[in-house]
Amino acid sequence: MSLHSQPPEHAHPTPLTYAKVAIVLALVTAVEVAIFYMESLRPIFLPAFIVLSAVKFTLVAMFYMHLRFDSRLFSGLFVGGLLLAASVIIALLALFQIIV
Amino acid sequence: MAALTVPGVLRRPASYTGLWSWVTTVDHKRIGVLYGVTAFIYLLLGGTEAFLMRLQLARPDQSLVSPEAFNQLFTMHGTTMVFLVVMPLGAAFFNFMIPLMIGARDVAFPRLNAFSYWCFLGGSLLLNSSWFLGGAPNAGWFSYANLTSKAFNPGHGIDFWILGLMVLGVASMAAAFNFIVTIVNMRAPGMTLMRMPVFVWMTLVTSFLMILAFPVITVALIELMFDRMFGTNFFNPAAGGQPILWQHLFWLFGHPEVYILILPAMGIVSEILPTFSGKPLFGYPVVVFSGIAIGFLGWAVWSHHMFTVGLGPVANSVFALTTMTIAVPTGVKIFNWIGTLWGGSVRLTTPMLFAIGFIAMFIIGGLSGVMHAAAPSDAQQQDTYFVVAHIHYVLFGGAIFALFGGIYYWFPKVTGHLLGEGLGKLNFWLMIIGMNTAFFPMHFLGLDGMPRRIYTYSGEMGWGLWNFVSTVGVGIVILGVLVFLWNFFSSLRRGRPSGGDPWDGRTLEWSMPSPPPLYNFAAIPRVNSRDAYWEQKRGEVGDPPTNSPRSNSHNEHSSNGPIGRRPQGSYSDVAEAARLSIHLPGLSYFPILVAIGLTLAGFGLIYNLGLLFAGAALAVLSIYGWALEPVSDPAGHPLGH
Amino acid sequence: MEHAPATGHVAIEETTTGLSHRKLLIWAFLASECMFFGSLIATLLVYHGKSLSGPGPKEILDIPVTSVSTFVLLLSSLMMVMAYSAITRGRVKAFRIWIMCTAILGATFLGFQAFEFRHFALEGLTPRTNLFGSTFFTLTGFHGAHVTVGVIWLLSLFGYSFRGDLTRESGLSVDLAALYWHFVDIVWIVIFTVVYLIGVAL
Repeated sequence: MSLHSQPPEHAHPTPLTYAKVAIVLALVTAVEVAIFYMESLRPIFLPAFIVLSAVKFTLVAMFYMHLRFDSRLFSGLFVGGLLLAASVIIALLALFQIIV
Repeated sequence: MAALTVPGVLRRPASYTGLWSWVTTVDHKRIGVLYGVTAFIYLLLGGTEAFLMRLQLARPDQSLVSPEAFNQLFTMHGTTMVFLVVMPLGAAFFNFMIPLMIGARDVAFPRLNAFSYWCFLGGSLLLNSSWFLGGAPNAGWFSYANLTSKAFNPGHGIDFWILGLMVLGVASMAAAFNFIVTIVNMRAPGMTLMRMPVFVWMTLVTSFLMILAFPVITVALIELMFDRMFGTNFFNPAAGGQPILWQHLFWLFGHPEVYILILPAMGIVSEILPTFSGKPLFGYPVVVFSGIAIGFLGWAVWSHHMFTVGLGPVANSVFALTTMTIAVPTGVKIFNWIGTLWGGSVRLTTPMLFAIGFIAMFIIGGLSGVMHAAAPSDAQQQDTYFVVAHIHYVLFGGAIFALFGGIYYWFPKVTGHLLGEGLGKLNFWLMIIGMNTAFFPMHFLGLDGMPRRIYTYSGEMGWGLWNFVSTVGVGIVILGVLVFLWNFFSSLRRGRPSGGDPWDGRTLEWSMPSPPPLYNFAAIPRVNSRDAYWEQKRGEVGDPPTNSPRSNSHNEHSSNGPIGRRPQGSYSDVAEAARLSIHLPGLSYFPILVAIGLTLAGFGLIYNLGLLFAGAALAVLSIYGWALEPVSDPAGHPLGH
Repeated sequence: MEHAPATGHVAIEETTTGLSHRKLLIWAFLASECMFFGSLIATLLVYHGKSLSGPGPKEILDIPVTSVSTFVLLLSSLMMVMAYSAITRGRVKAFRIWIMCTAILGATFLGFQAFEFRHFALEGLTPRTNLFGSTFFTLTGFHGAHVTVGVIWLLSLFGYSFRGDLTRESGLSVDLAALYWHFVDIVWIVIFTVVYLIGVAL
């Protein structure tokens, strides 16, 4: 436990911010499900779902996991693992000719 | 008097001597010794497996070893050498040396460190118990699907392989997390990243490879286990499953694993060469960045193990190019090592010989590696002895040579005695002559078309001569190892006392007595440059030179005689730590209990659900005990504060 | 995990980066977990549409029900940050309420999953049925196992709060559990999108 491990409290968001983020998360989920039921939007399903879930992912990581406020080392560690995992998934999909 | 009662179960261990003190130790130096000794015993076991195979292959049409036993031998030889020898020997040096080199009193999580050793021991015993429980795994160290499916491999060998590797994976990851945090967070004041010894850098890169690569093999093992135990379809072609997926997942792990094996070796060599050349490492930043580059690129080359699978020209070309790219940072490192030797006042001690031997052998192995990187050429070499020659040049001539160099280099730091130089040189020459006799002819055999993993061959094939030569070479290597053992045991008792700094060392571990006291540093050093201890010895203003090259008896700790063996972790160390108000991490039963629980759970998954739950329950309860037990004993160690 | 209860005996250590060891550890662990779930997701995607027999995702996945359970897990993340916020302000009683809410919502999510698994088994989808069954149950099963560990961790923190160990200074212990919990939540965000929405739609 370092003396510096807890950033000053004002650096962290207030409960109000947390609640706002939660509302956005819920809304984005609702939009996702709504898009799912709109057959006319079928051509944009894939990009839409990927973008919307990335938005949710980023919001949770930045606000709830405090990456926006904490040391960049944490962001570096996590984003590093995440990018590697994403690259592995994409490479395997290409090798199995799911995507070209 | 000072034992804390942990929730009504166990009294906290408090003795720093005797067998129980080893079982409950959390001292990184003792854990390093445990790793080293255990791994060396497995080296002898893996070597015996190799020798049996070589005896079988020495002449055509022999039947010394049955085909079934031969399959088990090559599977276990590979698995043992990778997971139970080279990795843990590297871990032995991580454990013993990293805290000393960065100027820390221990690792960041001492109990987690103990846990990783016990987990390694448990996993290795689980894996090797298969010899006595119906037969060892027999599908190669890569265990390709479908050789491993229940239909074709009904015994328990593969199950032992799966669960053994899972437990070993837990051990490796626990150690890797620990060393990442230790290196990032526990450096002495002034030791910036670019002042860290290269061995520390390579340990950091290796640790990152471990935490990112082991989850992939874990998933592959889980899928294989589910296929075998619960009838899922991951690798079952009858249900559309693709065995090729196993190859991808395995090599996605397997290639970074190659660098997990070789980067620590490169780190050791990067420590030995400057010390015995009397000049700093040539192009330090380039060596560091090359190591990082190798770590990155290691992720983008895995399919070069699969050139003959039929991935298509595009995939093969991409992986051929990325593989050739890796030769660049590797070559850069080799030039830097040679540049370090150039113009230096070279002392050809045994560690130095091993380091130079490493460079020479690794160049040969690296060159045949570049040959494999060309996909069309690889199509000719795939699954022949040519590949066997390649991997032994990089892993025996490379990794094992560097690790032996490390043993000769750091043995005095661990024990306070030098290994005999005469025997050491004999050991080196036997090993380098033996390994070239054993493995160079395999190039010829491979180009002559001799496949890997065959238990015998017909005399008409014309492979008899070189196979016989190869077996003789392994015999010479074995002589070398016997000389090492002789040297080791005689030096342990009667070796020349080394003092703190027998080699005119550059890095912080040489600034302390040998063996180092339980608490490492009485005062945490301040670092002002790379090669910090050289700098200090050459008399920076304000820092009285504590040592001059090769006359170092006055560097010994005051409470000890000028020479001779100090019992490690002795009562006097504990007293001294108390006097200096240094908090020692408390001994703990829980790491070994969690490891026993996991190992029992592994046996349980194979044999008995009750045992599975008992093992899991032991692990969970011990984790709670661990979580509730303070890091250091609040009631104080035996002498109080 | 070196849980050091803040009994006042543990020496405060200076670290090179000024960051705590344990927090560095958990982030490295989460990076490693990315590769774990990444490999499971890769397997599922590689085998998407490759099953030789039914039922597949289109026939069996129930988007409305899973939308509700997704919402439950998102809500639990909100409760978790509220619990963290409470403990850093020294409000132990509020902390207990929020952390209990988090655990209950986590358990509710697990209830949904148990219901879903049972329902699928009755409909004829087990891990042995086809490739979709093998990949689906393995991926969501391991996610569920992570949620289970999380619930146990949260309940343990709830328990510790009565030992007087958990004070404003030990917000770190809560922080670690919270990071783990949010990570499990974002893994579910990915699973919901990849396995459910994309899996059924495409």
